[in-house]
Amino acid sequence: MTPPAPSDPVPKTNAMHTGSVLLTNDVGLHARPSVKLTQLAKRFSAHIEFARATTGPWADAKSPVKVMRFKAAKGETLHFRASGADATEALAAIVALVERGFTAEDEESAQPPQA
Amino acid sequence: MTVANVGIVIVSHSPKVAEGAADMVRQMVGDSVPLAWTGGNPDGGLGTDVAAIIAAIDRAWSEAGVAVLVDLGGAETNSEMAIDMLESGRREKVVVCEAPVVEGAVMAATEASGGATLDAVRRTAEELSPT
Repeated sequence: MTPPAPSDPVPKTNAMHTGSVLLTNDVGLHARPSVKLTQLAKRFSAHIEFARATTGPWADAKSPVKVMRFKAAKGETLHFRASGADATEALAAIVALVERGFTAEDEESAQPPQA
Repeated sequence: MTVANVGIVIVSHSPKVAEGAADMVRQMVGDSVPLAWTGGNPDGGLGTDVAAIIAAIDRAWSEAGVAVLVDLGGAETNSEMAIDMLESGRREKVVVCEAPVVEGAVMAATEASGGATLDAVRRTAEELSPT
């Protein structure tokens, strides 16, 4: 697992930031996790894409339909790339969401994931 | 966010389908999107009812607009009739999406929960339809 790109105090709006994270929740990127990922991505202004490999093909993380169709399984690694003013914050938040199994920040990560 | 999110209305011939689809939206997407459902005819059978659709649009009303998800035939034509009967100024803010009712409702609501425009919400729902 590669940690997300370290935050840079100088905004580089054109720079591409990357991060990757292993899917560890039992159902992987199924219906509810897909919605949560999309909703989180939409909170940021950055352009955010993800893929199964660093070479792509890349999917728009803010597209509910594209995220839902991605169908990544437990054990797969998701690679993210983002550009824009809040790209580093967006990547950190998304990696954290996947790492805690798509639970809300105030939920126990030990809760059984729901499909 | 100061601008209200687009509302979602689910119209099915079956009240159980409509309510179930609305349950999925609430559980998967959350409470940030105005949501209403209607299904069945006034006699309690399968069908759709123009007055009930208008009432559902009122319940899910948002100044940002309302996206209507329908199942088959009369659900679509009655929804269009319901929209036609809205007063000018509201009528223009309601659209019927060409999308499967359950999946379309969840996808449209997901898009709406991020503050998207009515046009973007409809496009996301319609992305599901076979081309």
